[in-house]
Amino acid sequence: MVPERRRPPEASSKSSSSMMSESPRNLKPGLPFIPFDSTNLWCGDGHGRSFLEFSPPLVTQSNGLFGPDRETKSKNQHEPSPVMDWNPRLMLSNLSFLEQKIHQVQDIVRSIISREDQFLDQANELAAQQQLVTADLTYIIIQLISTAGTLLPDIKNALLSTNPAVGRPGSNQKQHEIVPVEVAKASQHDSLIKDLNSCGGKEDGLIKCSNNSGVEASEPIPIEDPDTKDNDDGMDGENLPPGSYEVLQLEEEEILAPHTHFCLICGKGFKRDANLRMHMRGHGDEYKSPAALAKPSKEASIEPQPIRRYSCPFVGCKRNKEHKKFQPLKTMLCVKNHYKRSHCDKSYTCSRCKTKKFSIIADLKTHEKHCGRDKWICSCGTTFSRKDKLFGHVALFQGHAPAIPMDDAKVLVTSDKAQVSEASSGMPGNTTGYNFSGNTSLDAQTPDIKGVDDGHGCFSPMILDACNIWGLTEFPHSAYEVSESTFSFLATGSCNSIQRNGEN
Amino acid sequence: MAESGDLFRRIRGRDGLATLALDLFSTTPNPIPCSYSGSAKRLRLGDAIPAAVVAEEDRHDLVDSLSEEILFLILDRLESEPLDKKSFSLVCRSFYAAESRHRRVLTPLRSDLLPAALARYPLASRLDLSLCPRITDTALASVSGALRSSLRSIDLSRSRGFSQVGIGNLAVNCAALVEINLSNATDLSDAAAAAIGRARNLERLWLARCKMVTDIGIGCIAVGCQKLRLLCLKWCLGISDLGVGLVAVKCKRLRSLDLSFVPITKKCLPAVLQLPHLEDLALVGCLSIDDEGLISLKQECKSLQVLDLSNCQHVSHAAFSSVLNKAPGLRQMSLAYNGLVTHSLATSLQKLSKLQCIKLDGSEITTSGLGTIANSCKSLRELSLSKCSGVTDEGLSSIVMKHKGLVKLDVTCCRNITDFSLASITSSCTSLTSLRMESCTLVSKEGLRLIGQHCHLLEALDLTDNDLDDEGLRAISGCQKLCILKIAICLKIRDEGLIHVAKSCSKLQEIDLYRSVGITDTGVVAVARGFPLLQIINLAYCTGITDDSLRSLSKCSNLETLEIRGCPQVSSLGLAAIAVGCQKLTNLDIKKCYYVNDAGILFLACFSQNLRQINLSYCSVTDVGLLALASVSCLQNMTIFHLGGLTPSGLSAALLACGGLTKVKLHSSFKPLVPKPLLEHIEARGCVFQWRDKPFQVELEPSEVWKQHSQDMHVPDL
Repeated sequence: MVPERRRPPEASSKSSSSMMSESPRNLKPGLPFIPFDSTNLWCGDGHGRSFLEFSPPLVTQSNGLFGPDRETKSKNQHEPSPVMDWNPRLMLSNLSFLEQKIHQVQDIVRSIISREDQFLDQANELAAQQQLVTADLTYIIIQLISTAGTLLPDIKNALLSTNPAVGRPGSNQKQHEIVPVEVAKASQHDSLIKDLNSCGGKEDGLIKCSNNSGVEASEPIPIEDPDTKDNDDGMDGENLPPGSYEVLQLEEEEILAPHTHFCLICGKGFKRDANLRMHMRGHGDEYKSPAALAKPSKEASIEPQPIRRYSCPFVGCKRNKEHKKFQPLKTMLCVKNHYKRSHCDKSYTCSRCKTKKFSIIADLKTHEKHCGRDKWICSCGTTFSRKDKLFGHVALFQGHAPAIPMDDAKVLVTSDKAQVSEASSGMPGNTTGYNFSGNTSLDAQTPDIKGVDDGHGCFSPMILDACNIWGLTEFPHSAYEVSESTFSFLATGSCNSIQRNGEN
Repeated sequence: MAESGDLFRRIRGRDGLATLALDLFSTTPNPIPCSYSGSAKRLRLGDAIPAAVVAEEDRHDLVDSLSEEILFLILDRLESEPLDKKSFSLVCRSFYAAESRHRRVLTPLRSDLLPAALARYPLASRLDLSLCPRITDTALASVSGALRSSLRSIDLSRSRGFSQVGIGNLAVNCAALVEINLSNATDLSDAAAAAIGRARNLERLWLARCKMVTDIGIGCIAVGCQKLRLLCLKWCLGISDLGVGLVAVKCKRLRSLDLSFVPITKKCLPAVLQLPHLEDLALVGCLSIDDEGLISLKQECKSLQVLDLSNCQHVSHAAFSSVLNKAPGLRQMSLAYNGLVTHSLATSLQKLSKLQCIKLDGSEITTSGLGTIANSCKSLRELSLSKCSGVTDEGLSSIVMKHKGLVKLDVTCCRNITDFSLASITSSCTSLTSLRMESCTLVSKEGLRLIGQHCHLLEALDLTDNDLDDEGLRAISGCQKLCILKIAICLKIRDEGLIHVAKSCSKLQEIDLYRSVGITDTGVVAVARGFPLLQIINLAYCTGITDDSLRSLSKCSNLETLEIRGCPQVSSLGLAAIAVGCQKLTNLDIKKCYYVNDAGILFLACFSQNLRQINLSYCSVTDVGLLALASVSCLQNMTIFHLGGLTPSGLSAALLACGGLTKVKLHSSFKPLVPKPLLEHIEARGCVFQWRDKPFQVELEPSEVWKQHSQDMHVPDL
């Protein structure tokens, strides 16, 4: 028996509290899409907003704006999926449930009419009631369609299996046209359209999935997970026993959709619900009310949340629930990253190395941060992305040493050249200093013999001969004499002469 | 050979060379004219000039009969006297050659002397370039080319201008190199460190303040120099746990490791403590090491003998205790500037049975902590409590009573101790050789007398800023082994007291009489006569002294440092006497000696050829004097504020002429007046200019007033 999880909508707890699905297997009355597909699971947005970020390209999707909470349900993925069989009893129970539901809505509308005067004062309350009605109506429509859908699987299946890419948008389009007519009486048809569209999207996914499961029935080809990064974002090491968590599987379109929140009026797409809400303000004052702008609150759940894991829609992938050693993905983000990394084209190429390709732009950025620059190299030629790894390697092997990065070495080579030229120009300058500053030191380390021999006799240290005390008065004179050439610039103040001095 | 033996016996005295030369002269009946051109002039420089001249003329007969071994024996005796060695080398060619082959240590005064020095001393094993501010790669290449395998040690700690090319040359060509000091080479990169790594036999390496060296560089050194025994990485801010960890893994022979101020954390400590021979570990100011890291250490380092954990502010007592427990063989331990020292910390010392030296400078220490130290350490010999707050009579007494073998005690600025402490110190620790108690202001003059009465073995005594009087000095005269005596700012002492000391302490080498206003010429004359070995004397602001003092001090031929700042009665005459008499003078401060003029400086320039540092501020010196001073070839450090007759062009000429300058302090008003290219040129030679805008202040503050001011500035102890 499938455990049935239910979370009453925030505003309509009364109406939905009575909703209890006794559906034995595949009929999920609390779900806004055709529930016979066991691979397609839906959860309320109260705690799974990111999960809702799906939308087939041409389909608008609802939950952002009014945020009605949906029933959650859990589904054990190991159950055999009864895709094709039509159960009349199930349908009957669905229909009776719908009848009940319609009565509820009627009650609500009646109460609105009876208290119309009051609501004039309490616009917020009225809006809440309207949302409630809208949500219920949406729900009813979806249930109707899904119930009806159980009769049609073969047709759709045949259609999509031949040309799914073309077929899907077409079917969506059709619903777009039909639905507004059907619910014209509803005060807020927009949301209905949206929900329906999402439902349509679901339907598509479901159909494709049922298709997949058909393939699976005839021995699926196990595909090795090409992306080891999944190990990071999966649930490895978690070791949840199968069945202790519910598994959700989204479709490719949902996973790859750039925007998950769409404006129902102009169709603009947004990545974040908050941005959409900000955007909606431009469409009229009704969207400026605090209630409309408020973040749909995570309602305090009465029941404990089920552990939810995700399955990759790619059959044969280890992350696909049909895989023998299925390893579920932990979050919606993991699903997105896994799917893009493993089953999509790698369209982003690193601008540095021109070889590494990535399907996720964040991966590219991470790589580019380190590409080429922070390569830690050992003298043996091995490269490391991390310094500690290099040092571990060096510590392990005798004779290996860290290597100096190349660009660093280049800088040093150029500075060497500068150094050498400086040194060569500096040497003669030193010689002049040596001449007149005298070599009379009594320190034994002074090589005074050399001073005589090396041809600078005119400035020999003897001028400053220490024994010649009476020569003292002459000393400053001689010092000036000596420095005549060196000091010439002092008189002229010319910069050239000092440079010449340095070079001479 | 009998003759040589006779000669050898005769030259055993301190004036050995002169004796030898005269001896040679006397046995030479027929001098032969010298054929060595230019030698006569040169020989005039030495002490034994006439003798040497004649000796050279005689070399064919007698000098040749002396074998090199004998000459080497003679030179061994002259090791401490560079001037005598120089004279020796000037005797004749064979002496010259012998001296060239004998010398092992080269300390060139300027980098331009390096090629000549290398040519003359091809067997030098140690090259100290700390006086050469600028050493290029070319110079290092010539060093490695000239000395090759004889070079074992090189000091580049004060030099700049070289790169990894020069170091690589050294490392590759000088296979015997075991010691390199590259401290302060702040621009050296990892490439230079990699070059060091090629010196396979390196045993001692200093890299203090090499801030550009990173883990990669130290990694290369660790891999290349696996024989390292000493490594100093102080202030190497680019090095982290990884580099130090690799050093600890690769250099298993390390004995001494200085990691002060290196940003390491606990991660590398286990590896460091596992070094099998580690004896000396300094972790001063390692702020990234915290309690958790130290407490979690499992390794025991039994070889560790010296541990310095000063200034580790993020470490608590528990962690210190845990570390101390890991090092049972500790002999010396420093926990300076770590805040509170209490009973609990002191108890961790109990297990350290071999502990001999404890430094707790700058800590806040409790009496119970001192008491525990007293009870725990068995063989304490050195204790430093300098600038500790909380040192009381009770605590200090409890220590000195228990540790009668104490040799060195430092209670500088422990302002709470009184005569009671001093009585217990002097009565129990009679074997003290060093006592430092600057500014223990509560100790009375009677208390200070106890020192001289009981501690006769004292070699160093610091009583700066105490209530010392002549009676105290008379007592101190009992300490006949005294080498260092600091009695600055003791305003009560007079000549009489000093005379007492001068009569008995003939071994004194250093005396500090800063602001001892009661001292006059009489006292200084007694000092000069009584302390023939005097090397350092500080007479700053002893306003009573005149040229007579300097004349008498000129008899102290070992004098190296003379400070007579603020002695206005001193003139050029006195300075001339000092210049002629004290040829070893290296450090001179004559600031505010207003009557010193060019005449005095000219003498200084001619005779004090070893002068390294001079402060001439406020003297009546002009361009002429400064230019003359520039001929002192090893002058490095000059402070010249408010010189009367100094002009910009004179200053420029002097700066240019003084090739060895490394630091010049002068008034900022000169900066725009000296040609900028000139300044750049001087700076390129390795000189640093410190431009200061000091106000002109002629009058001297009387010492009493000065002391009052300085005491007012003390923050009272709590």
